Amino acid sequence: MIALDGNAIAGDLIEVFGVDLTAATCMCASCGTSGFFAEAVVYMRGPGRVARCRACGELLFVLVTIRNITCVDLRGVVGLQPST
Amino acid sequence: MPPISRGFQGRRSDSAEAVRVPPGQYVTRDFPVLSAGPTPHQPIESWSFEIRGEVDEPRSWTWEQFTALPSEGIKVDIHCVTKWSKLDTSWAGVSLDTLLDTVDTSAEYVLAFCDGGYTTNLPLDDVCDGKAWIVYEYEDEPLDPEHGGPARLFVPHLYFWKSAKWVRGIELRQDDQPGFWEGYGYHNYGDPWKEQRYAGD
Amino acid sequence: MVEDVAETARTTSIALDAVDWPGHLAGQHVDVRLTAEDGYQAQRSYSIASAPEDEHLVITVQRLDDGEVSPYLTETLVPGDELELRGPIGGYFVWREALGGPLLLVAGGAGVVPLRAILRHHRAVASEIPVRLLYSARTGADLIYRAELDGHDTIITLTDEQPPEWDGRTGRIDSAFLAETAWPAAERPLVYICGPTGFVEAIADALVTLGHDPSRIRTERFGPT
Repeated sequence: MIALDGNAIAGDLIEVFGVDLTAATCMCASCGTSGFFAEAVVYMRGPGRVARCRACGELLFVLVTIRNITCVDLRGVVGLQPST
Repeated sequence: MPPISRGFQGRRSDSAEAVRVPPGQYVTRDFPVLSAGPTPHQPIESWSFEIRGEVDEPRSWTWEQFTALPSEGIKVDIHCVTKWSKLDTSWAGVSLDTLLDTVDTSAEYVLAFCDGGYTTNLPLDDVCDGKAWIVYEYEDEPLDPEHGGPARLFVPHLYFWKSAKWVRGIELRQDDQPGFWEGYGYHNYGDPWKEQRYAGD
Repeated sequence: MVEDVAETARTTSIALDAVDWPGHLAGQHVDVRLTAEDGYQAQRSYSIASAPEDEHLVITVQRLDDGEVSPYLTETLVPGDELELRGPIGGYFVWREALGGPLLLVAGGAGVVPLRAILRHHRAVASEIPVRLLYSARTGADLIYRAELDGHDTIITLTDEQPPEWDGRTGRIDSAFLAETAWPAAERPLVYICGPTGFVEAIADALVTLGHDPSRIRTERFGPT
């Protein structure tokens, strides 16, 4: 299973948040590692797109597009710092 | 209304195959690999399959015990909610009936759990009476880890997200607990012939 | 679509006249969405191959044999056709002069596309920041933008097969290759790596092992979606 990274879902994140988040940093709720959204390990092929922490592999966020509406579950993320 | 892309067809099945597949599906000759996470690498020596929860007594099988159980071959079409269908796929494994025969339960629901944390839920009725297996062979070869090996749940009458890869057991429950994709808005039951892709369909 | 140019046997650059285009930064991408007459849609991301200063917006598309969108873009689309785009997208994998350097660009296969946009932008602003491209491709026939890249500090390696007169490098970009061709870690180069996941991760790991600061390394992984 070949994973991509947060760059691959950048467009979806703009749709949900209205801004580009690839250069924003987020902290993993599981292990506390901070990293760019762009550097998350992203599994693209599935009923939804799943982003995991590059350090510990736990879920960061899940994007699902149903009936043309994209929703994101950010429960794996604590603290979101916009890009400077 | 977005602009129509002149001459774009997208994936289409030929008409002979189209009658065999549920609405909205196309036939693929590939076997796409879909996942919510990395392929787990569970050493076979520590692998086990469990039945636990609302049962008289939990049961567990090691790989050796599991593969010694009677197994059967299955040849069937499979349908993924991401719209691909694959025809005449052949698998081998142990029927859930064989496993459930070893327990007493009044539970109505099942939650399958897997290496990597994936879960999916089903009514107990939908994994009985020859409708579900724990498969460990595909096309007469050991099931590839990419496709769920060493063993996956196999419930071909429902969308393929219910056929949980890297399954390690089932929990029998009185109440229905949504699994991973069900919790994100996918249909709780998932009948491809009624096109039950999303909650509310 | 304005025109297309065959870059290689399976890669085509498509120049677009983008309506209400706000401009972009080198390294960004666009999402292309196709809609069939019955409403069926397919969407893919493509890196922008043109610099912000270029006249047209250009994407370079590799035709995948079992692809759904790439065969349409490389074979069916003709000048005058409309294409629905979303973008520009991406604030992480971008380079502009203010970010500094020295600048090391490492491309694996189709990963050269956004890095070419960075090079074109670097030239358009007459930047004096030192820049070097390391470009790994399988064969000579797979090289994109060859003539254009020859005008820059580019080191090409062909991993699978080389043309008869080839006197360039062969083999994968590994630690030894990087030790020779990248700036030393002490110079703190800004590094952009783009290509298949395995390639990107191997290069990033090798650079970190050579002492490069991970925070100076930006990555973009390409693959089927």
